[in-house]
Amino acid sequence: MSDRSPNDAVSGESALFDGAARAPEVDAARVTGGSPDNTHDVIISLEDVDVYYGDFHAVDSVSVPIREKEITAFIGPSGCGKSTVLRTINRMNDLIPTARVEGSVTYHGVDLYGGNVDPVQVRRHIGMVFQKPNPFPKSIYDNISFGPKIAKYDGNMDDLVEESLNRAALWDEVKDKLDDSAYALSGGQQQRLCIARAIATSPDVLLMDEPASALDPIATLRIEELMYELKQDYTIIIVTHNMQQAARVSDRTAFFNIDIQNGQRAGRLVEFSETATLFTTPSEKTTEDYITGRFG
Amino acid sequence: MTQSITTVDLTGDPRRRRKERRVRAIFLAAGLASIAISALIIVALSGEAWRFISQVDPAALFTVGWFPRRGLYDIPTLIIATVLIAGIGMLVAVPLGLGAAAYLSEYASPRARRRLKPTLEILAGIPSVVLGFWALTFISPEIVQRVFTSAKPFTMMAAGLGVGVLITPLIATVSEDAMRAVPTSLREASYGLGASRSTTVRSVVFPASLSGVVASLILALSRAMGETMIVFMAAGAVGGALRTFNPLEPGQTMTAAVASLATGSDQVAGEGLAFQSLFFVGLLLFLITLSLNSISNRLVRRYRNRY
Repeated sequence: MSDRSPNDAVSGESALFDGAARAPEVDAARVTGGSPDNTHDVIISLEDVDVYYGDFHAVDSVSVPIREKEITAFIGPSGCGKSTVLRTINRMNDLIPTARVEGSVTYHGVDLYGGNVDPVQVRRHIGMVFQKPNPFPKSIYDNISFGPKIAKYDGNMDDLVEESLNRAALWDEVKDKLDDSAYALSGGQQQRLCIARAIATSPDVLLMDEPASALDPIATLRIEELMYELKQDYTIIIVTHNMQQAARVSDRTAFFNIDIQNGQRAGRLVEFSETATLFTTPSEKTTEDYITGRFG
Repeated sequence: MTQSITTVDLTGDPRRRRKERRVRAIFLAAGLASIAISALIIVALSGEAWRFISQVDPAALFTVGWFPRRGLYDIPTLIIATVLIAGIGMLVAVPLGLGAAAYLSEYASPRARRRLKPTLEILAGIPSVVLGFWALTFISPEIVQRVFTSAKPFTMMAAGLGVGVLITPLIATVSEDAMRAVPTSLREASYGLGASRSTTVRSVVFPASLSGVVASLILALSRAMGETMIVFMAAGAVGGALRTFNPLEPGQTMTAAVASLATGSDQVAGEGLAFQSLFFVGLLLFLITLSLNSISNRLVRRYRNRY
């Protein structure tokens, strides 16, 4: 279990951030994430990554190291390229015919865009949870067993389904209706089902593209608690519009912005640091403007 | 100061309300007309069909073949030929149509799609009389008679292949629409779990679009059974046919039987029940295609909006 849940750390750490004399969008006291201990190794490394959609330069020269078993948050205004960067990590951008990625994305030191790398194999190691819950129109059980089945999992499928649902904190709610359609679940349950589905293929990285943006506040909190627990075993990268969420759950935060140079607009990484630092003493003026709600 | 509103202000123009009523009546009439025409057709068919079935010698309904002018009304001959030709057509069209649909919806680049889709629609627009002629002058000598050297020039095989070409674009376009309607989010979910493209098509897109795909198949079957011109031209057996299960023989479908006699209806009008038999066959065909269409409607309704 985590020694820190997103809810109970408020009072304990607030003293740390009292120095912030702004009227910030995110109250410093609510920054419960982030002073990681730097003991974790870098597992994914993006270096000078550029992404183009046809002629459109979507992301310009982004470099971010992602450390193992930490939660890294990507924040920034709409259109800043944060989802695009996320999707370079499991080669989801390959599905867009005009998309082109330059620079280097390495995973355990392996170039993910190297000649012999099969994106299908990459995605079995780097799972993904999407903005809108997207369960298959199948039963709850079949949703979970889909990934293991195509990966030719040869263990006990019933146990794996139970374990995956357990880890996603959904087992107790669905154990009596595994054969029901996944569409019978509520939005929050569907999203936890999608997390369970992603876990079932035993990836070691989970990419989450605004996983709570379609959910109500209570369901959102449950997802955040879940992320906290999953951090024990998985490296998590989360894209979010919700700065409070990034402040609550993440260890490190990358702030992206739309940058206009010579009339060309592109997404750029403005600042990347420990979450506590980024939200309380940002080094860039744009970051401060964004987190204090002056734009975005 | 506020203006007070009286009933007069809200009454509106009586002429406009009358016009609304008139427009409504016109549309209602148009809707009713199609129902009335259907009813008239059924009444006309049923009357003569009933006269046929009540007067015909039951033994004449099961004989060696369909020779209405000689009083031999072997209904199985027509049903066998109809099912055989529609079956051959489906054997050709289902793999071709579904394959084309899967390619267009899941594999083709936008550019390839922009070229292939209109080509498919051109194929769908070829008049069946042209396909019938093509079946007779190309499919029969160049394909059927080459593969089966004993085949006659007019065969149910040639007609069936022609029907297959006719219904392939129907299956392809309707199934493609169904597959494209599957939300991208489901494909992403599948790819995100490490599924390949073919696994995604097979295990996610196809099951999710199944109701639309099945509806397209039933629609195509119904079209194949109701197709007249191709079978009329390519399957031979004008005027009558022996009962046979061999697709390399000539045969007469229900539609061709009606067409071949009705084109000279004055000749059959006086001869026993031959004229009435056409109505009976027509009604039978109508009931078959009607039930196929309603099955397809029900399937589509039941599975709509599953995702």
